[in-house]
Parts: sequence; C-alpha cells; structure tokens
Amino acid sequence: MRKETPGNVTVPADGPDAAHPSPRVKAADVSQVLDTPPPTPVPADDDLAALAARHGLSVSGARPSLPEYVRQLWARRHFIAAFATAKLTAQYSEAKLGQIWQVMTPLLNAAVYYFIFGVLLNTKRGVPDYIPFLVTGVFIWTFTQSSIMAGTRAISGNLGLVRALHFPRAALPISFALQQLQQLLFSMAALVVILLGFGVPVSFSWLLAIPALVLQFTFNTGVALIMARMGAKTPDIAQLMPFVLRTWMYVSGVMWSITRLTKGDHLPHWVTLALETNPAAVYIDLMRFALIDSFHAKQLPPHVWAAATGWALLAGVAGFVYFWKAEEMYGRG
Amino acid sequence: MAEYTDERVPTVVCDGVDIIYRVNGTGAGRGSATAALNRMLRRQQTEKAAGVRTVHAVKNVSFVAYKGEAVGLIGTNGSGKSTLLKAVAGLLPVENGHIYTDGQPSLLGVNAALMGDLTGEKNVYLGGLAMGMSREEVKERYQDIVEFSGINEKGDFITLPMRTYSSGMGARLRFSIAAAKDHDVLLIDEALATGDRSFQKRSEERIRELRQQAGTVFLVSHNNKSIRDTCERVLWLERGELRMDGPTEEVMEAYEEFTGGADKPKAA
Repeated sequence: MRKETPGNVTVPADGPDAAHPSPRVKAADVSQVLDTPPPTPVPADDDLAALAARHGLSVSGARPSLPEYVRQLWARRHFIAAFATAKLTAQYSEAKLGQIWQVMTPLLNAAVYYFIFGVLLNTKRGVPDYIPFLVTGVFIWTFTQSSIMAGTRAISGNLGLVRALHFPRAALPISFALQQLQQLLFSMAALVVILLGFGVPVSFSWLLAIPALVLQFTFNTGVALIMARMGAKTPDIAQLMPFVLRTWMYVSGVMWSITRLTKGDHLPHWVTLALETNPAAVYIDLMRFALIDSFHAKQLPPHVWAAATGWALLAGVAGFVYFWKAEEMYGRG
Repeated sequence: MAEYTDERVPTVVCDGVDIIYRVNGTGAGRGSATAALNRMLRRQQTEKAAGVRTVHAVKNVSFVAYKGEAVGLIGTNGSGKSTLLKAVAGLLPVENGHIYTDGQPSLLGVNAALMGDLTGEKNVYLGGLAMGMSREEVKERYQDIVEFSGINEKGDFITLPMRTYSSGMGARLRFSIAAAKDHDVLLIDEALATGDRSFQKRSEERIRELRQQAGTVFLVSHNNKSIRDTCERVLWLERGELRMDGPTEEVMEAYEEFTGGADKPKAA
C-alpha cells in the first residue's frame, strides 16, 4: 500500500478525529448490559497487516533465525553465567556452614559408597584402586544425571521467568548445565583429595580431564536442551526420568568395570558395542583413564576420543536445533 | 484510512487477536488417573472429552497504538488485561490474528528472575542481566538503583538476602531494578501500587521519565487516578472483548458508571 495523497483520503462521517486515533465506540453508545457488548467496528484485517508492514513492524514473539538466535544467546552469556552461579550459591545459603557444603556433600557421598561397596560388600571385583575407580564413576555419572534432570525441569519449572522476561529460552537449560559443571568442579576438588589419599600419583595425564570435561559438558547440555523441550510440552517426563536415568546408570559401568564384563566372547557383539559406545560409559572411562594410573589405555573402548567427540557434537548440535525449533512455544498455556 | 496519517507512527498493531488458555486436569475426571489416561490415549479426540478445558481470555481484539502514546488498559478482574499485555510482549502465543510491534516490547517486572536467597546486591546484577542489560550497564546504574529503592535508608540492607526484606522493601527493590532499563515499548502491569506513599510518588515520576524515553507505554491498573494521571487514551476490556477505545476521560466516565452500577441485577 502506498502513502496516501490528500486526494484519496476518505473522511469518516463524523469528521477526522486527530487527537484520538480510532475511537471505535462513542461513550454514549455503550450499553450497560454486560452480555451484549456493542459490536466494535474493526478495520479489515489486511488494512492492519498492511499498516504494520508499511511501518516495518515485526510479529511479536516470532522465532528468530538460527544465526540470530545464536547471536542473542551470546549477548546473554553473562546472564547465563550469573544465573548458574546464583542458583549454586542459593543452594546452601541457609546452612550454617554455608558454601563448605559444596565440597562436603560430594565427600560424604564418596564416604557412603566406600562404606557400602568397599567395607560391607568388599566388592573390588578384581579392579585395582577400586575406591578411586568407584568415586570417579559416581561423580562423573552424577554430572550427566543432574544436568539431564535439571534440563527436564528447566522450562517447566521456570514458567514464571519464561512468561515475564524476554531472553532466548535456551539460556535456561544451558545455565542449568553450567551450574552442574560448577558443582562438578567442587566434586573434582574432593576427588583429588581422595585420589591422593589412596596413593594415586599425580601425573600429566590429569590434564586430559579438561578436554574430557569439555566434551562431556557439551554432551550434557545437548541432552538437557532436548529434555527441556520435551519436559516443557509434557511435564510428566520429569516423573519418569529418575527411572530411565537409574537404568542408564546401571548399564554405564559406574560401579563395575565394563572391560571385565565384555572380556571373552560370551556376549553378543552388539551388546559389547552398545555397552562400550554408551556416552556415559565413554566419559566415565575417559576420566578414569585420565586420573587413575592403574586404569590403562587398553581398558578403554576402541576410538574412545572419537566416540566422545562424536557424542558431544551430535547431542550438542541436534539438541540446540531441536530446542530452537520450538522457541516460540515455550511458556504457552 | 483517514486515521493513518503520515506523521503518526504505529508501534503496536493488534489485528483480530484471540488468546486461548488450555488447562489440563479439569473436566469430567477432575484430574483423576482415569481422566489423565483418557487424555493421553485419546489425544487426537476432542479436547473436552480429554479433560482439557479452554479459557477464551481475549476475543478478537484489534487496535493500533502510536509512538508517544500512553495507553491505559482497564476492565474488571479477569477481563483479559494482563493476558493481552503478555501477548503484546510476545510472551504468550496468540490463537488467531497477529500482533505486530516495533522492536521488542518489555513487561516492566523482574520478580521472576530474582532469588530470595541471594543478597539484594546480587539480585540487582541478576535482574539487570536478565532484562538484557550488559554487565557494564548494570555496574553503571547500580548506585542509582539502590538509591532509588531507598533500601539502605534504614541500614545496610542491600547486603542481606532478599528473603529477609519486608514485603514493602522487596517490592521497592524489584520496581527499582525493573525501572532501571529504557524500553521502546513499555508494558506496565499495576506496578504503581507498591511501597509507601513517598515511594509511590517517586515511582510515578520514574514512570513519567520512562514514558518520555519509551515510544509507547501501556499501563494496566485498577487505580483510576493513576490511569488518568498517566494516560491520554484508554482501552476498556470486558470479558476478553474490546468494549471501548477512546480518550481517557470519555472511557473512564463510562467505565466508572459501569462499575459503579455493578450492583444492578444482571444476567449470569
């Protein structure tokens, strides 16, 4: 539609009312009966759409393009970090010991596992350095588990925030995954104490923990994004996830050694393959290899770094795109 | 087309907007297990049978708001004012119709981003970042925000967790954080009714400042005086329908007559 020239402007019967844009109904016309509101004359739909188009207005709440989304997310990186840190510190703010619990909690966890598996059951199952082996497995597994759990509730548990403020919604699951990473770093500090306590020597291979954690974090974030979208649509998934995750934990070799189970040919090949390429098992074994000297490279599944990178890329990219596809739907209803 | 003259720049265009809420777990089974099963198994069937109730909150509302306008939204409780505001902000999807906006309209409010377990100081940063301010911007305005809120008038409260604040103090800090950012299109949902009298005066002043910076302001309020003080145009929503749209005095008189006469017998 072109700009109007004075010639083709039609003046309404009651004269142009420049001060007030479009009084649909005059005060005197309003009836006092609630059930029969007076009909409100509305300009034809294409008029308003054309008006909006002419002035370059955009549809409110529309999903941005993927590059634009990434840009918006990057612009909110400080919010993502601040939100994660805030959640983490808010956890123990009412406790008398305060932030000391960040290290105390994983240490106590490790003590419980030591008591049950090391003392009561005495199930070393032929694994050297069993306690470091077990505690590393538990901490690394917990990182993935709590990231996924937090991701599932990231949107459905923060509807207030989603409905009040504008930000790329992916900021929430990413922020929760980041909070779990921060939590893990405290656990890793506790783990170092345990490793030294059990006589595991400090070595250069400990540096491998950094790329392993980066890959695992990417994987966790991707899965958290997928679960966030599913959990936003069907909150019931949050009730189901603990069972799925527990099953996943038992097949991931957190408390036992996958290599010892798959030794020999008694298992079908695909079972061995599935056990070894399970992303949780891959990240757990990588961390054990990095930290524990008696955990040798031959215990690692074949192409372990390729598998770790592949899972991280697959989950990260697929999760991000999958989450973005429903961006405008979050907070509905 | 006479009303769309060249110098009036529209900032918000609402075009036949319908908004419908869907609520799970209502209807026949009242959220019982059988109703839930029903809902899952018969997803494709009618929503009513599946125990989903729909609430038609806003019905076919159209209007155009222009740059420099302050528009009041009035109506009795549950008439769809806040819902419409959230849809304009792009936070609630519309069922039918379209909402076009110039830039990103923002709701004034950060309550949801703040955490009671954190100190007021940390909440200022968190709230500012949540609204999309950069770290430098928050740092720059931090002193103003704290001063405006008056939290420190009675001692060093800003370093205490927000859960220890009185409700008035909390409301003041929340408003101060929310009002620290400049917006193109600003949507205010009854934000004026917080704090004591002196704070209310200060916040009304701040709203006027924000109005001058913002292109367009929408204000939802049950306080007829603050509508009259701030708005020159009023939209009256009743039962989700746009009942009236015009200059403040005209609409307010009709509205006051309507609410004043509410004790008249009326059909259910």
